Amino acid sequence: MATLELIVSEEVVAGPLVRSRRLGLLFWMAIGWMLFVFAVAILAPVLPLPSPTDMDMLERRAPVSALHWLGTDGLGRDELARLIYGARISLTVGLFAPVIGLAIGGALGILAGYFRGRFETLVVGSMDVLLAFPPLILALAVTAYLGQSILNLTCILGVLGIPAFMRVARAATLTLARREFVIAAQALGATHARILVRELLPNVMLPLLAFFLLGVAVTIVVEGALSFLGLGVPPPISSWGSMIGEGRESLEIAPQLAFIPAMALFLTVLSFNLVGDTLKALTDPRQSAL
Amino acid sequence: MSGPALLSVEGVAVDLPTARGNLRAVDGVDLTVGAGRTLGIVGESGCGKTMLSRAILQLLPKKAKLIGRVLFDGQDLVRCSPEALRKLRARSLAVVFQDPMTSLNPVLTIGTQLIETLREHLELDALQAKKRSVELLAAVGIPAPEQRLTQYPHQLSGGMRQRVAIAIALSCEPKLLIADEPTTALDVTIQAQILDLLAREQRRRHMAMILITHDLGVVAGRTDEVAVMYAGRVVERAPTHALFKNMRMPYTEALLSAIPKLDAAPHTPLPAISGRPPDPTRPIKGCSFSPRCRYAAGPCHRDKPQLTGAETPDHQYACFHPILIAAGVTA
Repeated sequence: MATLELIVSEEVVAGPLVRSRRLGLLFWMAIGWMLFVFAVAILAPVLPLPSPTDMDMLERRAPVSALHWLGTDGLGRDELARLIYGARISLTVGLFAPVIGLAIGGALGILAGYFRGRFETLVVGSMDVLLAFPPLILALAVTAYLGQSILNLTCILGVLGIPAFMRVARAATLTLARREFVIAAQALGATHARILVRELLPNVMLPLLAFFLLGVAVTIVVEGALSFLGLGVPPPISSWGSMIGEGRESLEIAPQLAFIPAMALFLTVLSFNLVGDTLKALTDPRQSAL
Repeated sequence: MSGPALLSVEGVAVDLPTARGNLRAVDGVDLTVGAGRTLGIVGESGCGKTMLSRAILQLLPKKAKLIGRVLFDGQDLVRCSPEALRKLRARSLAVVFQDPMTSLNPVLTIGTQLIETLREHLELDALQAKKRSVELLAAVGIPAPEQRLTQYPHQLSGGMRQRVAIAIALSCEPKLLIADEPTTALDVTIQAQILDLLAREQRRRHMAMILITHDLGVVAGRTDEVAVMYAGRVVERAPTHALFKNMRMPYTEALLSAIPKLDAAPHTPLPAISGRPPDPTRPIKGCSFSPRCRYAAGPCHRDKPQLTGAETPDHQYACFHPILIAAGVTA
């Protein structure tokens, strides 16, 4: 017991020091990769790239060359261009879907955790229903009725993410709403809206943002899986998942066609996970120290 | 009692439904606090002090049931609309809690918390609010107040945090400040500083204060009147000097003798109060202190004594066998 307390107090005292050390090289490499991917994806139209959709039937599955830096795919399209334009799709879906989850799920969670009562029962119940719904069936149904588009895909993945964000927000709010600073704010005559926005939201935002980064990673993977199954973005638009799916057909002749986008996917997801985990580790001990 | 009462609590009872049955946390309490006066509420853990303060503020847990009237400035808070209540709290009520670790928002800077409260209540612009915040922090004895504004609560010591909490409570110029064990989480030297600070600001602002504590020593020099609570009831109530001079209730006497004395020989055992407080979900017949009272006899086990004034109307106690010899303890 004595040693345990000693360790805890040391950690509290050395808080800022530990924090800077804990970020480490891996964290900055992850940040670097994320920035690189974002920059390339945003700058894609101005980069000197061949068109990602122009086919060159004479140059099918061409090896690496000065013209095609990463070779060409089964239809003679430039692999690097498709990879970079694919990053745009994967990142768009990967970022905007969790934003939907964060906004709706986060708001519902904070409201449910603060007001409790019947509203909470209703929210938690409906989220359980949503969780019990098989996600692939939902994706199939929506794409079958509304068609395949980036918007539809983002909305499906966003809605599927709402329950998880709701749970994180509600759990954080439940413990916070009982803290004395909330009662102190009430005693000072703060309105419910003020307590929710100014007192609770800044506190709940920390775990939510850390969870958001993990959500981005998961969504990129799920988008890849859906595109691989042909439920994602419609051809000829490329996303990393659809590129892996297309590369699968020529796995014996040209394995790089599946492995290069898989590598990009892997590195990006790993980066988001690393950054998300680091941020979560940073926010957790601070919460407990207070 | 000087002037009309600012706050008067009439027959307040608080019921909390629990898994083990109904818990009566506060049982028929009557209290008054005059403008600019200080009332100390003393009692051991779980005797209903905090629930009483929450009942006054109308900030009880949602499931709790409140009976009785809480008149503040002529208005019955129990029957106020939520909006009227909110406005009243914003203008005239404030509270300081036991643990400054949890009573400040951990992710907002001191400045943000103070400035926002000020802007909300006094409708100041950003610059005025900042100036006022610095003044307030200086008033509660925080060195280098400008720099503190940008700091987070975890960067301050416990005593500093409690000073900030007091500054926030004072920011809206309340007429009544409820200090709920404001020094329990602090070490002894800081305790005295914080209590002196509260007393000084109270005098300067002419506000009323309810000082809740489990330490009779804390109320001794700093209150006008003391109410001793036991098992949800007020068992003795008197002006502070009268209470310490002629305490009547055996419980008050037992509380006082449980305070360690400096002139006692080392290793002298403390006269602790034997037994435990009664289970509030199982009300007992007769005086609730009777199982632990060394004077208990006859009627103590049959009837509940009522709070009555005997010699002077100011000094009230609920006991069939009051201590009649002067205890001779000076305040």
